[in-house]
Amino acid sequence: MMPAGLNRLLLTVGGAVVAIVLALAISSVAILAAGADPVAAFGAFFDFGSTSTSVVSGIATVINRAVPLFIAGLAVAVGFRMNLFNIGVEGQYRIAAICAAYVGATFTAPAPIQIAVIIVVAAAVGGLYALIPALMKVGRGVNEVIATIMLNYIAINLSAFLLRGPFQGPRPEGQLTVTTADIPESGWFPNFNFLFTMFGLPAPRGAGLWGFLGVAIVLGIVLWVVLERTRFGFDVKASGLNSIAALASGVRPKKMVISAMVLSGAIAGLIGLPEILGRTHNFGTSFTAGLGFLGIAVALLGRNKPVGIAVAALLFGFLDRAQGPLQFADVPPSVIMIMQGTIVLLVVIANEITSRMALRQEERRAARQLATTNRVEVTA
Amino acid sequence: MSSDTLAPAKPAVELEGITKRFPGVVANHDIRITIEAGTVHAICGENGAGKSTLMKILYGMQKPDEGQIRVNGQDVSFRTPSDAIAAGIGMVHQHFMLADNLTVLENIVLGAEPTTAGFLDAAGARRRIRELAEAHGLRVDPDRLVEDLGVGDRQRVEILKVLYRGARILILDEPTAVLVPQEVDELFENLRELKAEGLTVLFISHKLDEVLSIADEITVIRRGTTVATVPRSQVGSARELAEMMVGSELPTPETRESTVTDTVELRVEGLTMEAEGFRPLPRGADLREFLHGKRLLLDDVSFQIRKGEIVGIAGVEGNGQSELIEAIMGMRQAHGRITLGAEDISAWTTLRRREAGIGYIPEDRHRQGLLLEASLWENRVLGHQTRKPARKGIWIDRKASKADTERIVKDYDVRTPSVETLALALSGGNQQKLIVGREMSGEPSFLIAAHPTRGVDVGAQAAIWDHLRRARAAGLAVLLISADLDELIGLSDTVQVIFRGRLVAELDPADITPEQLGGYMTGAITEEGS
Repeated sequence: MMPAGLNRLLLTVGGAVVAIVLALAISSVAILAAGADPVAAFGAFFDFGSTSTSVVSGIATVINRAVPLFIAGLAVAVGFRMNLFNIGVEGQYRIAAICAAYVGATFTAPAPIQIAVIIVVAAAVGGLYALIPALMKVGRGVNEVIATIMLNYIAINLSAFLLRGPFQGPRPEGQLTVTTADIPESGWFPNFNFLFTMFGLPAPRGAGLWGFLGVAIVLGIVLWVVLERTRFGFDVKASGLNSIAALASGVRPKKMVISAMVLSGAIAGLIGLPEILGRTHNFGTSFTAGLGFLGIAVALLGRNKPVGIAVAALLFGFLDRAQGPLQFADVPPSVIMIMQGTIVLLVVIANEITSRMALRQEERRAARQLATTNRVEVTA
Repeated sequence: MSSDTLAPAKPAVELEGITKRFPGVVANHDIRITIEAGTVHAICGENGAGKSTLMKILYGMQKPDEGQIRVNGQDVSFRTPSDAIAAGIGMVHQHFMLADNLTVLENIVLGAEPTTAGFLDAAGARRRIRELAEAHGLRVDPDRLVEDLGVGDRQRVEILKVLYRGARILILDEPTAVLVPQEVDELFENLRELKAEGLTVLFISHKLDEVLSIADEITVIRRGTTVATVPRSQVGSARELAEMMVGSELPTPETRESTVTDTVELRVEGLTMEAEGFRPLPRGADLREFLHGKRLLLDDVSFQIRKGEIVGIAGVEGNGQSELIEAIMGMRQAHGRITLGAEDISAWTTLRRREAGIGYIPEDRHRQGLLLEASLWENRVLGHQTRKPARKGIWIDRKASKADTERIVKDYDVRTPSVETLALALSGGNQQKLIVGREMSGEPSFLIAAHPTRGVDVGAQAAIWDHLRRARAAGLAVLLISADLDELIGLSDTVQVIFRGRLVAELDPADITPEQLGGYMTGAITEEGS
C-alpha cells in the first residue's frame, strides 16, 4: 500500500494541475472576450526571446520577481498557520524597506556587517510594526484583520512622508523620482550571475540575478525547520488546528499570537530587500508595491508550506514576466491578473476538495486495516 | 389502538436488511426490525453499535446503501428529514434544538407557522398546542420563554414540536441522558400517555433499567446489526439484556477495597468565579462584599482530595462543573486558593500546573483534547511539549514521541493501524483511550477525569475504569466528573454534589441511591450533613 504521505502529496499535486488547466481554459475565454488570440497569448508566456542572453535575462526576471513573492508568502503563511490573518504584510514591508534603506545609507562598514545591519533593521521594523496589531488583539480583542488593514494605510502614507521628508536623499538635476540616499557599495548584495556563467551561459542583462535569492532559500529552510520540528512550531500548529485544545494543553494563546505575528512581520520586513540590495540601492517612488497582498495569494496557493510557496511564487513570477511579450502579441497584459486570480481561486477550491478526499481516504485506510487485523474478534 | 390488537394491523415501521457503509465507524449491516403501532419499542446497544446511524436513516438524514424502509405498510425512501416528517415520523434529538430567547409557542411553530392572511395566527397556534398538550398530558405554558424552562420542560417542548407537525411515530434519541431520575419518571409518564393515544415511540437508549421500565418490545443492536427483538415480558433482568448487548460479561464500576491515604494531594479553598468575567479583588477589600449581588458560576467551593482517592462530582450539567475544571487547570481565573501537594498553584499558568503533575481528561475530547487533523503521535505530544519524552531542547523529539505513542497504543489497547494515523480516523473509544494513556503519562499526581467514558463503547469503558482504579491504587488523586451516576457511585470514594455553583452535599457512595443523588442534584433535597 502507498504510504499515506505520498498519497496526500499526489492528490494535492493532481488537484493543483487540474485547477491550473481549468484556469487556463477560463482565461482563454477572457482573452477571446478581449478580442485577442489565446494561442498567441499563451505563446507569449513561453517567448523568452531568441538569443541566449535574452533567455537568461528572462529567467533572471522570473526569479527576481519570485524571490520577494516567496518571502511575502512565507510571512503570510506564518500567520495563516495559526488562523491569524496578517493582512498587514503590505504595510510592514514598506515601512521596513524605507527604514532599512535609510539606515543602510547612513554608515559604511565592511560588506557582511553592512548587509547584516540592513537585514536586521528591516526585520526589526517589520516585526515591531506587526507587534501593534498583536498587542491590540491580545489586549483588547481587536480583530487583527481590521487592525492590519488600517495600519497598512498608515504605513503606506508614513513611508511616503518619510521619503519626501526626513529620509529624502540628494536628488540629481533633472531626476523626477525621489529616493533615499544610496546605500554604499559595501551594502550591495553580490549577484548570483555565476549560476548561469558556470554553465557557459551569458550573464543576464542589467543587475542580473539578485543574490538575495540565497537568503530567501535559507529563510525558507529555516522556517520549515522551525515550523515542523521545534516546540514553537508544534505550538503554532496546535493553536491553528484547535485553539481550545492548545489552551488546555498549556499553550498560552496570547504569547502565541504575539510571537507568530511578530515573526510574520519580521519576515515581511525582508520583502523589499532583494530589490533594494540587488538593484536600486535605495528606496524610491518607483519601489515595487503590492507584494504584501500578492503574498496572501501566494501563501494560499502554496498551502502555507515553504515548498508550495516557492512553487507558487515561481508561477507568479513566470506569469508576471510576460508583461512585455503579451503587449507585442497584442494581448492586454491584464490577462496576467485574470490568470493569477482564477488560478488562486481554483487551486484553493481544489485544495479544499483534495484535503477532504485525503482525510476520507485516511479514515477508510484505518478502517480497512483494523478490519483485517481484528477479523477474528469481529466474527466472534 | 393498543398493543393487544391482532395481527392484521400493519406495523408502524418495518426495516428490512438496512445496510450502511461508512469509513472508520461501525456501519449498519442487515438491520431487521418490525415496530408495531401503538407500542414503545426500545432500541438498545452499546455506544457505537450503530443506533444513531440507524435513526438517522429512519429520519431521512442519511440514505441506506441497501435495504427497504416501510412505514404503515408503504415502501418509502427518504431523501431529507422533511420527507420523514411528511410520512409522520418525528425526532426528538438528544441535544435540544430550541431557540432560548423565543417562547414555547414560537419554538413549536417555528418552521411550520400557521398564518392568516400572511400574519402569524398566534391564537390558533396556542389553541392547537393547548389541545395537544392536554391530549397527551404534556403540561407546558405556551407563553413562557424557553430560557426560563428546566430541562424536563424543554424536552416536553421538543416532543410537542414534533407532535405539532403531525408525527405519529416518535424517535427519542437518548432522551434521558440529560434528565435526573424524577424527570425521567415524568417523561415515562408522558410516553405512556402517547402510547395510549395510539402513537408509536422509538426509544433509543443504553440505560437498561429505563428500557426495561418503559418498553413493550426491545431490539438489541450489536456491532451494527440486530441481534434480537424480544418482548419485554421475556426479559428477566437488566443483566440479561446487557449480556445480549455486549455479548459477554458486563463490567461493573465498583472499586473494591479503599486505597485512600492520609496525604492531601489537592486542596481547593473558597473557589469563587463570577459569571461576568474575572475582576481582581482590590487590596484590603472583602471578597464577599466585593462579589455581593453578582451572579456566581462557582460559589465558595472547597474540598480536598487525598492520594489514592477518587472524588466524584455529581450534578446536572451546567451547574459549575466545567468552570471548576477550568479554574483548577488555570484556564480561567477565579478567586480562592488551590494547593497541589505542598505548593500554592493559584497563580500558576496551565502549563506549569501540567508540568507539576496535573493530568486532564477533558469533557469534550474533540473540542479540548485532540488535534483531529494531526497524527496520533502529535496528539501524544499535546500537553507534554515541555516534558520528556517529547522535548529535546527547543526541538520536538519525534523518535521518542513516536516510541512512547507505540507504548500507549499497546498498553491502552488503542486500535489503530499506526501512530502516524490521523486522530480523526479512530473511533471515539480509541481516541479516548489514547487521551487516557497520554494523561497518565509522565506520572501525574492528580488527574481530572471529566466524563471519561462518555460516548465510549463498553469494552473501552471497562478498560478506562480499570486504568483509573489501577492509578488510584498507585496513589493518584482523581477528580471525577460524570453524568453517569453508576460510574460516579461505583468509582468514587467520596461524592460531592454541585448545584448552582455550590457544593451542596458530601456523600458516601456506599450509602446513596441514584434517586437520593438526583434529589440533591436538582436542589429538591437540601443539605443536612451526612
